Amino acid sequence: MTTLDTLERETLAAIAAAGDDAALEAVRIAALGKKGAISELLKSLGGMSPEERKTQGPLINGLKERVTAALAEKKAAFEALALDRQLQSERVDVTLPLPAESEGRVHPVSQALDEIIAIFCDMGFAVAEGPDIETDDHNFTKLNIPADHPARQMHDTFYMARQADGSQPVLRTHTSPVQVRTMLSQQPPIRIIVPGRVYRCDSDQTHTPMFHQVEGLVIDETTHMGNLKWVLEEFCRAFFEVDAVRMRFRPSYFPFTEPSAEVDIQCDRRGDEIRFGEGKDWLEILGCGMVHPNVLTMCGIDPSRYQGFAFGMGIDRVAMLKYGIPDLRAFFQSDLRWLKHYGFSALDVPTLAGGLSK
Amino acid sequence: MKFTLSWLKEHLETDADVDAIGEALTRIGLEVEAIENKAALLAPFTVAYVKSAARHPNADKLQVCEVETAGGVTQVVCGAPNARAGMKGVFAPSGSIIPGSGLVLKPTQIRGVESNGMLCSEREMGLSGEHDGIIELPDDAPVGAPIAQVMGLDDPVILIKLTPNRGDCAGVHGIARDLAAAGLGTLKTPPVPPVEGRFASPITTALHLAAETADACPLFAGRLIKGVTNRPSPAWLQRRLKAVGLRPISALVDVTNLLSLDRARPLHVFDADKISGNLQARMAHANESIVGLDGETYRLSPEICVIADDTRALGIAGVMGGLDTGCTEETKNVFIEAALFSPQRIAQAGRMLNITSDARFRFERGVDPEFCLPGLELASALILQFCGGEASTIVTAGAAPEWRRTIAFDAGRVAALTGLSIDDETIVQILNDLGFGVAGRDAALVVTPPSWRPDIEGSADLVEEVVRIAGLDRLPSTPLPRLPGVARAVLTPLQRRVRDTRRLLAARGLTETINNSFVPRAHAQLFGGGDDERQLANPMSAEIDAMRPSLLPSLLAAAARNADRGASAFSAFEIGPQFLGGTPGEQVVVAAGLRSGAPERHWQGARPADLFAVKADVAEVLTLAGLNAASLAVTREAPAWYHPGRSGAIKLGPKILLATFGEAHPRVARAFDLDGPVQMFEVFLDALPQPKAKPTKAKPPLKTSDYPAVERDFAFLVDSDISAAQIIRAAQGAEKTLIERVSVFDVYAGKGVPEGRKSVAIAVRLQPFDRTLTEPEIEKISSAIVSAVTKATGGALRAG
Repeated sequence: MTTLDTLERETLAAIAAAGDDAALEAVRIAALGKKGAISELLKSLGGMSPEERKTQGPLINGLKERVTAALAEKKAAFEALALDRQLQSERVDVTLPLPAESEGRVHPVSQALDEIIAIFCDMGFAVAEGPDIETDDHNFTKLNIPADHPARQMHDTFYMARQADGSQPVLRTHTSPVQVRTMLSQQPPIRIIVPGRVYRCDSDQTHTPMFHQVEGLVIDETTHMGNLKWVLEEFCRAFFEVDAVRMRFRPSYFPFTEPSAEVDIQCDRRGDEIRFGEGKDWLEILGCGMVHPNVLTMCGIDPSRYQGFAFGMGIDRVAMLKYGIPDLRAFFQSDLRWLKHYGFSALDVPTLAGGLSK
Repeated sequence: MKFTLSWLKEHLETDADVDAIGEALTRIGLEVEAIENKAALLAPFTVAYVKSAARHPNADKLQVCEVETAGGVTQVVCGAPNARAGMKGVFAPSGSIIPGSGLVLKPTQIRGVESNGMLCSEREMGLSGEHDGIIELPDDAPVGAPIAQVMGLDDPVILIKLTPNRGDCAGVHGIARDLAAAGLGTLKTPPVPPVEGRFASPITTALHLAAETADACPLFAGRLIKGVTNRPSPAWLQRRLKAVGLRPISALVDVTNLLSLDRARPLHVFDADKISGNLQARMAHANESIVGLDGETYRLSPEICVIADDTRALGIAGVMGGLDTGCTEETKNVFIEAALFSPQRIAQAGRMLNITSDARFRFERGVDPEFCLPGLELASALILQFCGGEASTIVTAGAAPEWRRTIAFDAGRVAALTGLSIDDETIVQILNDLGFGVAGRDAALVVTPPSWRPDIEGSADLVEEVVRIAGLDRLPSTPLPRLPGVARAVLTPLQRRVRDTRRLLAARGLTETINNSFVPRAHAQLFGGGDDERQLANPMSAEIDAMRPSLLPSLLAAAARNADRGASAFSAFEIGPQFLGGTPGEQVVVAAGLRSGAPERHWQGARPADLFAVKADVAEVLTLAGLNAASLAVTREAPAWYHPGRSGAIKLGPKILLATFGEAHPRVARAFDLDGPVQMFEVFLDALPQPKAKPTKAKPPLKTSDYPAVERDFAFLVDSDISAAQIIRAAQGAEKTLIERVSVFDVYAGKGVPEGRKSVAIAVRLQPFDRTLTEPEIEKISSAIVSAVTKATGGALRAG
């Protein structure tokens, strides 16, 4: 065994035995410090003959490299240990609960309306709006409901106080006056839907004095009731997100359409749940018909050339049906518990590409 | 409109059962609301014979009855005082559901005696409120027979929802005619034979109407029947009226009700001995009043037509008769009135007097002018049959107005309007079956609507008649042609803004509410409203009677309701109309929000919202609308419903108010029973300017600098009422090109700062684009900032 071997064994053993940074530093100084054993050996190379240096040089340098590596390895181990200790002391209780996020919601009526708009936009309908307070003329007369027509009684109209100019405006009882406004300002072709608040003097579980309607109007030279049926079927299929729906048209009466119909949708009621596209029950969802020639004439459209359909349905009502909401009155009571439960996330933006609802 | 199946079958020869008839009615536009079939409900209950009845061993008021039933003899304990041996009654077996109570009957022990089933009262059967004893059936009722049949309750009652255009179907006869046209059977209404008058009526009718009111009553006919005996009407008629919910009164009155329901022909009967002189139709005098058959006093006016004698108004024409000339049991001589009245005037009178009656219902929908006299004849015949007496000849004044009119009809309109192809023969057949006269052919039909269809005006009505009978369920679903290409955007900029704002506010933690457009007047007054123009004339309740002048009262009321329910914090918004006046167009779209209450306590600490939370809401909405919120001036001009010191307004120029925000005025909060500060905001969405349309969607190029930015801090001592905005504006104005941003990082008042002053510390960031700033340059700009701010605010740079 040479001296070098002994030195290496002893030094490596000292490194392995070092208990902390200071001990390790002492070993380093003893071996590689200015006066360290290996440093002294390196210095001794200068006094050797070239032949001796040729054999001793690599041996001594090899020894230095191995000791240096062993020192570095040990130092890294100490650092890892120190970090481990530090991390051990840095624990937090990750089970602590989060603050209650005040998550906002979108009202189901707004959500349903965005869905309705997405569907009708695809079928080429624009969105028209009009005022909540209307003239008697727009709300009734131009819709072929003259004063003293029995149909006026069906409307349970709210009247405004008589105004300074002697007029007595009404709160619109339906969104149809916007049809009138549209036709008075625009010649066909017309394809619009009209969403908005409407008002009736009525209140029980299925009626509130204010509710929401969406109206549809198509006027051109050829559109007929078969097109109306298709539009409504497509709408219901897309809105209720089912593969197919069956609808039933029943003759009915509205002064502003002729022929007129009420439309039922086929469904299956199981307890509180309603499923569309199956079952034996029929549920009324809307009223519709071909726009009455008198309405077209009063709105400046020639009924001998143009024709078309109109329909109107309750936005609240279809939202109730789709999302299983039991009581209409709760829509407008602003109870946070109800809104959190039946409302929608801000990010649930209905699109046809992504699906209307989750 | 309510009728029974057997009644319908008097007019319609048909094999169809009640379900088939119900389906057909709905299919042709006479929507069935309900078919009430007592026979089905009462099916479990049968006739039973009480063989014996003995005193219950343990109870004085109970009897133990041996009862013979369909299922053999059984023992029933019965408490009815009239239960006795030898009677026949209604037996409810164990397992049946008692209609009156909904209870399921089970075999039981009553005071130690076994009882199986029950003998029932009318109340228990759901037939009436009668519960003094059990039902007694006739002795000849066969044991085991269904009681519905024995009691004549097996006639289904059909309720239809009559649309306002179908006055003709306000009578069973008209309904039968529609069903016959729809192929459900054959109309078999017997013709009305005239009743021969044996003397001239001593009472005559006349029309005392001026030219402008002549339409009120074009025809007034009548006749006297003398020597009648008014008595209860026959059992069949009473049963029929009861079945449809009318109370039988006397034969004379019941006959008029029968004609009304059977033929949609309202009539009125006067006790002739109470009439002074002759009858006339005239407009009511001002201040005239009358006591109606319902006992109410009605104040009349000259718009209302009345039937009067020589001295006074006797009845409100076509709406309601008068009490003191009505028929009673003592009536010996009866005058029958049959007239035509203007539908519009009847509707107006009914509305003015707030009377709904069967007569009004029919007259305002339009009665058959050709059935006025036949109706009188039919009523006369029935009165003679039920009450005896002798009829006069008929007296008339006026005449039925001309109802015949022709409509030029192109049969092709059916397919053009509905997409349904129906051959011309069928079209003509349907119209004929409904009573329309049809001449000509194909595209040139000439159609004469029948007298009972005043609602038919033109081609479209005829198309409806054809398709409703042919079957609207046959409509061919036909795609609406798609507009070419990809669907275009359809929302207007404002609609888009409303939609985006809604989702932004929801994302900021506010919950969307939708509140009524009207609020209590007292609430409206707190928000600058409550004036007469914005009041409803006929509110549903005095609590909600004013169009809202702001969305905030609705939100405050909602916050209070939620607090009452135990919600600690309330963060909500609404986007909707705010009303500026009471006429069309006086409304704007507002996004309003409210943050109130304390958030739930939390280990990290939780702070209630302050006014800067709602200022941030406003800023985000403005930013979303494309405005540079930071550049808009914030003033203290918030309206009176805000805390004067803790609120602000954001305006564009001197006039356009974009938004207000701040803490609710404590008086306003208290009016809604809210304690603690409430933060709220209003953004006037249609006041926000629309961003300018640009030729392309390209964004401007990004401009960055390769030279280092420099930040310098300054603290100024200023008077307390100097606003941060003044300091920032002054600092920003000190150098036009290099100052990138001025931010406030500290505001301090208190120890070390003199009373009435505050220290505001700002950081100014300088960003050069073409060089690195040198220290002297920076010093120069710093001095400019200090002098600009001190000059603008009267403050001083804070030492140290």
